Amino acid sequence: MNLLALAWHSLLNRRFTVVMTVVTIALSIALLVMVEQLRTEVREGFYRSVSGTDLIVGARTAPVQLLLYSVFGLGSPTNNVSWSSYRMVADHRSVAWTIPISLGDSHQGYRVTGTTDAFFEHFRYGDSQALGFREGRAFDDLYDVVVGYQVARKLGYAVGDRIAIAHGGGNVSLHEHDDHPFSISGVLAPTGTPVDQSLYISLAAYEAIHTGWRGGVHRPGSGLAPDEARQQREQLVPEAITATLVGLHTRAAVFGLQRELNDYAPEALTAIMPGITLQQLWRITGVAEQVLRIVAALVVITGLLGMLTVLMTTLNERRREMAILRANGARPWQIAALLVFEAGLITVAGIVLGVLIAVGSLVLAAPWVLDTFGLAVGPSLPEAWQLGVLGLIALAGLLVALVPATMAYRRTLTDGMQVRT
Amino acid sequence: MPADQLLELRDLRFAWRRDHADVIALDAFSLKAGERVFLYGPSGSGKSTLLALIAGLARPDRGGIRFAGTQLEALRGPARDRFRADHVGVIFQQFNLLPWLDVLGNVILPCRFSRLRAERAGSVQQSARQLLAAMDLDQAMWSRKAGDLSVGQQQRAAAARALIGAPELVLADEPTSALDSDRRDAFLGLLFEQVASAGATLLFVSHDTALADRFDRQVSLPEINLAGQAA
Ligand SMILES: Nc1ncnc2c1ncn2[C@@H]1O[C@H](COP(=O)(O)OP(=O)(O)OP(=O)(O)O)[C@@H](O)[C@H]1O
Ligand SMILES: [Mg+2]
Repeated sequence: MNLLALAWHSLLNRRFTVVMTVVTIALSIALLVMVEQLRTEVREGFYRSVSGTDLIVGARTAPVQLLLYSVFGLGSPTNNVSWSSYRMVADHRSVAWTIPISLGDSHQGYRVTGTTDAFFEHFRYGDSQALGFREGRAFDDLYDVVVGYQVARKLGYAVGDRIAIAHGGGNVSLHEHDDHPFSISGVLAPTGTPVDQSLYISLAAYEAIHTGWRGGVHRPGSGLAPDEARQQREQLVPEAITATLVGLHTRAAVFGLQRELNDYAPEALTAIMPGITLQQLWRITGVAEQVLRIVAALVVITGLLGMLTVLMTTLNERRREMAILRANGARPWQIAALLVFEAGLITVAGIVLGVLIAVGSLVLAAPWVLDTFGLAVGPSLPEAWQLGVLGLIALAGLLVALVPATMAYRRTLTDGMQVRT
Repeated sequence: MPADQLLELRDLRFAWRRDHADVIALDAFSLKAGERVFLYGPSGSGKSTLLALIAGLARPDRGGIRFAGTQLEALRGPARDRFRADHVGVIFQQFNLLPWLDVLGNVILPCRFSRLRAERAGSVQQSARQLLAAMDLDQAMWSRKAGDLSVGQQQRAAAARALIGAPELVLADEPTSALDSDRRDAFLGLLFEQVASAGATLLFVSHDTALADRFDRQVSLPEINLAGQAA
């Protein structure tokens, strides 16, 4: 249409202001989209990580805390669960499987998890997916270690590599169990969950490397030599574990068992349903998210008001343009339409650019999320309601344009033959 | 109305605001087809206002404007706009052109808003070129941004635009007042030629009475405008 061509030329003429306005709106949209995408992606990632687990049982602590340290490696456990309590849970008639977890050691900043074969057999993530091996197999020898996908990728490990495991967390450790070199027996396939960010050894191995350690200090001469440990393998049963993941025969039993474990007299335990605890977590983070959302919304409003300001300013400059168009046969609505079209173009360009910026930033932020939460996030297609919000913003842009458009319309009606400058 | 009357104003009253005094109070004024009329009067006497009424940019409070058989005052806003697009070419005192559009784009502007004029122009582009050439505007200028042209060049391009698609009436509101006398005479000569070849009627407003003799008829607005006399 001819009118659009004119609008386009007029826009090109003011390209600097127009580009700046588009960028302003784009940045505000990017913030909005990023907050939402990151929020949904992280939430989904958290759910994905615990989807196959009915209960998590640990020492008496806050549910959110138990969830965060047992599954996501955030924070550290304050207490352990005794082996006898663990056996009680494992032998319970409602329980189908348990995955015991011992935490505390690390390798190059990655968690080392002491567990059993049950982990490879029963752990489920995402849409009931089982763990798979990218390479090798589960641990067999006492000093075998299985490494998560990201650990192997980041550190360049392959099956057969020998590694040492450090006592305690953190990147730099003073005490390495270097008298106990481990050999990598397998590398897990990627899951996009914290599973990828950990190394796995057997509970017996965990016990072996900790024999002779008391209060974080190694007493020379009191430890187990590797071969000695291999012989005593059957006796290497831990006194306590950090927590256990529990799967039930029927989901229906979950409430009863949870109550039973929380009321367990011999030892103070906490049993949580991961999904429900995540919801508690979202209630906590929800406040911050809400604040972020409000900030993002305000920034979008600021962006639109910025556009209004620019349009109003150009309105004065363009009074001449409008008189010329009008004298040459343009109808007032066409002149108003020029402004609305322009605002629409600016807003839509801003939205598109903003979404692109958000997607780009999310791609850039993905490694950080991976390192911090162990979650593989990526840009996802916006949900319907998000598209709706973007649509509303575009509409708001057009509505904003109605202000200068009406003014332009009125002026062209009263300017007569004058070309005002 | 005689057949050769293009425009006839009757009993016209107009004030820019309801509570203001009339700016225009004309009992009768008419233009014959093909006539070139010089309209003059002191500043503020309502010359531009009268042109706005004739162009349909403003609507009379009372009275009739009959233009080529159509009662303008009876038309609604959009219809008046279409009428102007189809039948009237306009040249302002200055700032005629969209500075960000090239010269050719400016000249064909009326054809964007009027199919009738686009049809009458035949090939719009070619017609624009012919008119620009006829207005003695160097071909090198045609694709330049209008804002780069000198004032005199802009006025000639504006004349070409007013004439494209052969509108019946050309309204020129002091188109020469920004030009020096040599260029003013040249401009007027070219304008007359093209108005004649398009068969258009020219209503030319100026307070520069030195030009008056070159027109078919001279009209002093204060003499016919009762509003001016009262004030
Ligand atoms: N668009 C407008 N809105 C309100 N009042 C106007 C408008 N245009 C003109 N007027 C008023 O109408 C009166 C006549 O103005 P007009 O512009 O028609 O005079 P003019 O004869 O063209 O003067 P000049 O020679 O200075 O151009 C003036 O008092 C002016 O203030
Ligand atoms: Mg005037």
